[in-house]
Amino acid sequence: MFKSSFAAAICFACTTLASPALANKVFVSNERGNTITVIDSDTWEVIEEFPGGNRPRGIGISPDGKFLYVCSSDDDTVRVFDTETYAELWTLPSGPDPELFTIHPSGDYLYIANEDDNLVTVVDTQSRTVVAEIPVGVEPEGMAISPDAAFVINTSETTNMAHFIDTADYQIKHNILVDQRPRYAVYTDDGSKLFVSSEIGGTVSVIDPLAANGPELTSKISFEVAGVQPEWLQPVGMRVTADNKWLFVALGPANRVAVIDVETLEVVDYILVGQRVWQMDFTPGQEFLITTNGNSNDVTVIDVDRQQAIKSIQVGEQPWGVAVTPD
Amino acid sequence: MKGFARFVTSIACLIGTAISAYALEINTAVLRVDYPSLLPISRFDLTPDDIGFAGGVLADEDNQTTGNFMGMTFATRYVATSPEELDETLRGLLGDGIDLLVVMANAQDLLTVADQAGPDVLVLNATSRDMSVRDDQCRANLLHVAPSEMMLADAVMQFAIWKQWNEVFLIQGSNPTDQALGDAYRRAATKFGADIVEEREFEDTGGSRRTDTGHVLVQRQIPVFTQGAEDHDVIIAADNSDLFALYLPYHLWTPRPVMGSGGLRPVTMHAAHEAWGATQFQRRFEENSGRYVQEADYEVWLALRVIGEAVIRINQADPAALREYILSDAFELAAFKGRKVNFRPWNGQLRQPVLLTDSKLTVSVSPQDGFLHQVSTLDTLGLDQPESACTAFTQ
Repeated sequence: MFKSSFAAAICFACTTLASPALANKVFVSNERGNTITVIDSDTWEVIEEFPGGNRPRGIGISPDGKFLYVCSSDDDTVRVFDTETYAELWTLPSGPDPELFTIHPSGDYLYIANEDDNLVTVVDTQSRTVVAEIPVGVEPEGMAISPDAAFVINTSETTNMAHFIDTADYQIKHNILVDQRPRYAVYTDDGSKLFVSSEIGGTVSVIDPLAANGPELTSKISFEVAGVQPEWLQPVGMRVTADNKWLFVALGPANRVAVIDVETLEVVDYILVGQRVWQMDFTPGQEFLITTNGNSNDVTVIDVDRQQAIKSIQVGEQPWGVAVTPD
Repeated sequence: MKGFARFVTSIACLIGTAISAYALEINTAVLRVDYPSLLPISRFDLTPDDIGFAGGVLADEDNQTTGNFMGMTFATRYVATSPEELDETLRGLLGDGIDLLVVMANAQDLLTVADQAGPDVLVLNATSRDMSVRDDQCRANLLHVAPSEMMLADAVMQFAIWKQWNEVFLIQGSNPTDQALGDAYRRAATKFGADIVEEREFEDTGGSRRTDTGHVLVQRQIPVFTQGAEDHDVIIAADNSDLFALYLPYHLWTPRPVMGSGGLRPVTMHAAHEAWGATQFQRRFEENSGRYVQEADYEVWLALRVIGEAVIRINQADPAALREYILSDAFELAAFKGRKVNFRPWNGQLRQPVLLTDSKLTVSVSPQDGFLHQVSTLDTLGLDQPESACTAFTQ
């Protein structure tokens, strides 16, 4: 909390900010509404809703907090917005039907999954050009980057693999088979574990990316909720706390977020959120986790320490992705 | 051409891939028996020359993309034959060492193929909905990717019950295949507690399908045919012969929704299905084939994906090992239906959700909410183990 207010105060001193000084902005892409909703993380009020192109899904913010990147899937492009003015600045060549991407820690590259073309497209955010197209499995979807930026991970939904793409030469160096329809990948901040969620398989695969003989599947986490049919426990979006203690997994149509102890890999709790919970993001200090709930048109705010849902906020139609500005 | 270019890049990519690759070749065949048939009522239902095969080509691509990362080569032959030449065609395929067969044929020919191929060959029924081949005529080497008529009828009846359309007016055709479908609807009604309050038979008097101003006659005939029925909530048509069901909507004496062979139809796939990633399937299929997908295309795609998925998981192409894995709890497959599909180990039937379409959109998907089963809610559709006369899988 101290860190965030300090950073915001500096920011206040150097710019003329109209919004409350302590707040971060939460950007939510509304897949059906074709809009981006902006929420103030201090008041949890919606402060703006602006057009996001056709079928906005994957969403992310540059490390410096200036640019908002939105996959406009039906426009075959990534739109870039100013996080202050919400003006659309330019577009990036994304390849067809971009769905999800991950950002290089330097902010220089986006790694974009092109669902239709079995490709991962690497885009230089400065020159706005395509640097590489990497053939991967069928229906690429989930994207992650290792903390040391050595590998980009892509998951392919019909091939059911996590592909390890070397960021130096854009070659696939390892492939790991996981359960059906892998949707999302995320590393722990220390780079010691990689999690891959399989929507239809109903599991999260735990991969040791640093194993002696190359990345290795070490275990699988499965889910069980009394009174919920097992087939609706469909893991999708994930986030790990920076202290590497807690993994949060959105369970789609089960309307819950699972809380997993990263050390023991046990599910310790299920937090009830809105309907068809999809993607999630932390506020910068990780006090809060925001979930998008596609079928109830709202987002849920989870208090990370207490592992409780504290608020839901109505957004646009079918919220899909969420990204929070850094301090 | 684009497909070729993609293949080249995939191979190039394989060279840079550090997976321990040893060559595994998987040789399958899709065997299609073409029967003489009349033209369909609707031009939308015309059968393209590459029916089924086009789905197979896509499955091959999907399997091979993964195969490239695993050091596997998938090769599939596509063979169409007449019923008369089936024996000879089959002998040729078996003689060439094909031991994984996807078959598009009627029930009788399906059994011929399974029996002639013998226990060392795994046969996948891609398209036949016949009940007997899953029941008293089941074969240990014959798995069913297509849903049975009972599964489809149950999918329709569950929707009727969910809507509280409990009183059903059943109209069935006069051919044996229509009557078999009618039986499936009668069983479904008993199973889920609907009342069939009226039954009528639409007689097949031969002749060609209506053309030109046929609708004028239809507009006069159907109201009269459906006049004076007991009070009912819904009409269900059992018309495998494609003779009358499409004429029912809007022409009924008493305006009611139509389901079954016309109106809201149970299908494995239709070209407008987009949920659960199906849009990507549709786009890949259309780019390859230049047309919209039909059910048989999806079913052949699914059959080859069943084989491909099993090969990829166990790293073997031996039919006995594949069969064992496919029938085990470990097997699961994503099929653009929102949940995994797998097999009933007691008769080799693929468990699967059934789409209900008005021919424009996916209207609903069965099983419906609230229909429960001790094994899987998917087992609320179709023949269940206690009522099955199939013993080939337990011996």
